[in-house]
Amino acid sequence: MLDQLSWKVGGQQGEGIDSTGDTFSVALNRRGYFIYSYRHFSSRIKGGHTNSKIRVSTKSRLANSDQLDILIAFDQETIDFNAHELRDGGVVIADSKFNPKVPEGNYRLFSVPFTKIAEECGSAIMKNMVALGASACVLGLSSDIFADIISDKFLRKGQQVVDQNMKAIQLGIDYMTENGGVLPEFQLVPADGKKRLYMSGNEAIGLGALAAGARVMPAYPITPASDVMEYLIKHFPKVGGVVLQTEDEIAAMTMAIGSSFAGARSLTATSGPGLSLMMEAIGLAGMIEAPVVIIDTQRGGPSTGLPTKNEQSDLYAVLFGTHGEIPKIVLAPSTAEECFYATADAFNYADKYQCPVILITDLALSLANQTVEPLDYNKISIDRGKIATPEQLAEVGAGQLFKRYAFTEDGISPRVFPGMKGGIHHVTGVEHNETGRPDENAQNRIKMMDKRLAKLNNMELPNSVTYAGSENPDVLIVGLGSTMGVIDEALERFQAEGLNVAHAHVKVISPFPAKTLNQYVGKAKKVVVVENNATGQLLHLMKHFGVEHSAMTSYLRYDGNPFLPVQIFDHVKGLI
Amino acid sequence: MATVKEFRNNVRPNWCPGCGDFSVQASIQRALGNMDLEPENVAVISGIGCSGRISGYINSYGLHGVHGRALPIAQGVKLANRDLVVIASGGDGDGFGIGLNHFMHAVRRNIDLTYIVMDNNIYGLTKGQHSPTSAFGFKAKNTPQGTIENALKPAQVALSAGISFLAQGFSSDVNQLTSLIEQAIQHRGFSLINVFSPCVTYNKINTYDWYRENIVNLEQDENYDSSNKALAMQKVFETNGLCTGLIYKEDRPVFQDLVPGYKEEAITSQELRLDDEYFAKVMNQFA
Ligand SMILES: Cc1ncc(C[n+]2csc(CCOP(=O)(O)OP(=O)(O)O)c2C)c(N)n1
Ligand code: SF4
Repeated sequence: MLDQLSWKVGGQQGEGIDSTGDTFSVALNRRGYFIYSYRHFSSRIKGGHTNSKIRVSTKSRLANSDQLDILIAFDQETIDFNAHELRDGGVVIADSKFNPKVPEGNYRLFSVPFTKIAEECGSAIMKNMVALGASACVLGLSSDIFADIISDKFLRKGQQVVDQNMKAIQLGIDYMTENGGVLPEFQLVPADGKKRLYMSGNEAIGLGALAAGARVMPAYPITPASDVMEYLIKHFPKVGGVVLQTEDEIAAMTMAIGSSFAGARSLTATSGPGLSLMMEAIGLAGMIEAPVVIIDTQRGGPSTGLPTKNEQSDLYAVLFGTHGEIPKIVLAPSTAEECFYATADAFNYADKYQCPVILITDLALSLANQTVEPLDYNKISIDRGKIATPEQLAEVGAGQLFKRYAFTEDGISPRVFPGMKGGIHHVTGVEHNETGRPDENAQNRIKMMDKRLAKLNNMELPNSVTYAGSENPDVLIVGLGSTMGVIDEALERFQAEGLNVAHAHVKVISPFPAKTLNQYVGKAKKVVVVENNATGQLLHLMKHFGVEHSAMTSYLRYDGNPFLPVQIFDHVKGLI
Repeated sequence: MATVKEFRNNVRPNWCPGCGDFSVQASIQRALGNMDLEPENVAVISGIGCSGRISGYINSYGLHGVHGRALPIAQGVKLANRDLVVIASGGDGDGFGIGLNHFMHAVRRNIDLTYIVMDNNIYGLTKGQHSPTSAFGFKAKNTPQGTIENALKPAQVALSAGISFLAQGFSSDVNQLTSLIEQAIQHRGFSLINVFSPCVTYNKINTYDWYRENIVNLEQDENYDSSNKALAMQKVFETNGLCTGLIYKEDRPVFQDLVPGYKEEAITSQELRLDDEYFAKVMNQFA
């Protein structure tokens, strides 16, 4: 019996490939399995190959599997593009309609009349359901596992549609039972049946923002960030918030700043090209000390680059992107669960340090769906930071301006919001004095610059780096973002082989956790920094911020696809 | 009861003596005082340019942001706190050059705020380059042979984009301008007041006298009907954009009326924490 299984469904974009994968995933997630699903798609809307690779496991897995057990194909292209991933003895279940052929090798092909059976049930679109039935049969599962999802999905359209879909699933099972039956080598170990969630990083960010009290989101659509906005469009109306699709990212960023200045918790979400457009305004937020949260879901760059592919190449941009020098916090969660909590943290940090907070993810993390343990709302606090008290406001004399940029020991001055009596002051992107009045005096300039930068000077945020594995490893693997699950899986294999390897994952890029990283690299013989980019940005940042090691190298992948655990395992093994 | 005085602060503008922007500032202050608003309930959001400094010269909340972005910032402020009176302001370069895109969309969106542009047909702060509203053939620092681009006419653009309140003023007529600003603030929806506000330092063509000779005051025309869009269009074309007064006004729903779930209570006054039960519900949508 298997404790994990890898299943992929592929076809042309627009054929319902995602929803097929989704139905399969949710069904198994609800049975207590852990799911990790990764979508391969291109920037064409209709046509072009697309697939969903789904990993089903009895324990949490946050990476694509190295191999594939079962491939469901709606066209020959799917077989041609994906058969190389099939393991020895792997199975292809394909629509008999296109007369499928598998390449040479130890693969088994089941040609099933998906379309024909679907047509008998009422419509060819239900071929996906037939395929799900065939899959269920091979795994020894009954059609029951789909009942509640099919009803969730189609009841709006009437009971008849639900019944038709269930029938298509059952006919898929029946056909497969007669023409192959249950394959014992694909039986899964029963799952624990525990109730868990299933969500993408983007959805987790949306939920986190909602939970943290964000109520204004101006944004401009871009892959893979758009679903954060789409999630909040569904939910903000219920809590009195507003999502506004702006004319461009410059408007999105400046509008978010306006809302924040007025006292709301506001965010925007974008990806590389949009982030570049926001840079001037991010500088303004730093200068006027406006808290604001920016989500950057990285994709392949530069320029329009690989808009639907995975990359981690905006690190320099988020750190050094705006002109001049401002304090900036950059959080880099690595799982959907972390996305939820980190988004809530982002709002608290923004309010506490009164500066822009950028939360970066990568496409693999933003879009991949994964099983998540139930989220704990009690772990989320809402901390608005230093806000002027009525007493402080009462002290401001008539005709006087409030000292919004008062010099304080920690560089953080109390905020006021329009509407507060006594709080009137000046706000400008021009260098200013404590009341916000323009002031170019050299002494004032130095003091103000120091005040702003002092907010984050010589500090590390909590949990900036996680660490797993041997204390004094032969090799320390360092990564960030979605590579977390991939590296952890490689690490497990090293541990199984008794090899001395460890994994440090960076979760905050600014303020850069150089001290903690130095402690970790100091104990390792060799260090390898794993990244989805071509120039080794994280490694360069480590060096830039003074993380020293004599044997520190990069392992890079920048073809648009996430790493596989086996790649990291092989590469690191070569270093030992 | 607030008066004009309360909207004054003791900051001396760094505008050149004689700059048209002084009158715009005075008119805003008078309008706010006349309307009996409290300074803390007003936010003036400005862009960058000589004119953009205006937010610093009015005693109210305000934000002097980045070049061309007064409108999105102002819309963000108003969305977050619908109880504020929000005024966006800046120059013609700021609003119709770098910021034109935002202007068009603010018109479409019709968020309730007032936009006052100080149109001097030139870039003042950067020392005299031509602006989008400079006339064809206008000689400026960077157009020594005269501009070879047609001038943008703010009133035409605003009308054709579907603005719900359009007026133009002139820095020489503070009474009219004050009244227009009051009407614009009272109007529910996005309003533009384009003010002919001479730059006495860099623009030797569009002077006070030049405007006096060329401007038609629609308020002196008894037959003018500011609710007639076709007539408004006609006048704007007839006068080559050089008319003052209330040009057009219509009542249509503002953005906030149409946003699903948008509450009467300002977003900034709402409870941020979700009900535990509500959170459990939204979380379980992922189960
Ligand atoms: C992004 C950006 N580009 C250019 C500038 C330089 N700049 C400052 S003000 C200005 C033009 C101002 O013209 P206008 O809006 O007509 O205002 P005026 O000074 O005439 O009142 C320019 C180009 C800037 N501050 N920011
Ligand atoms: S340069 Fe022109 S616009 Fe600027 S302050 Fe002087 S007169 Fe006014």
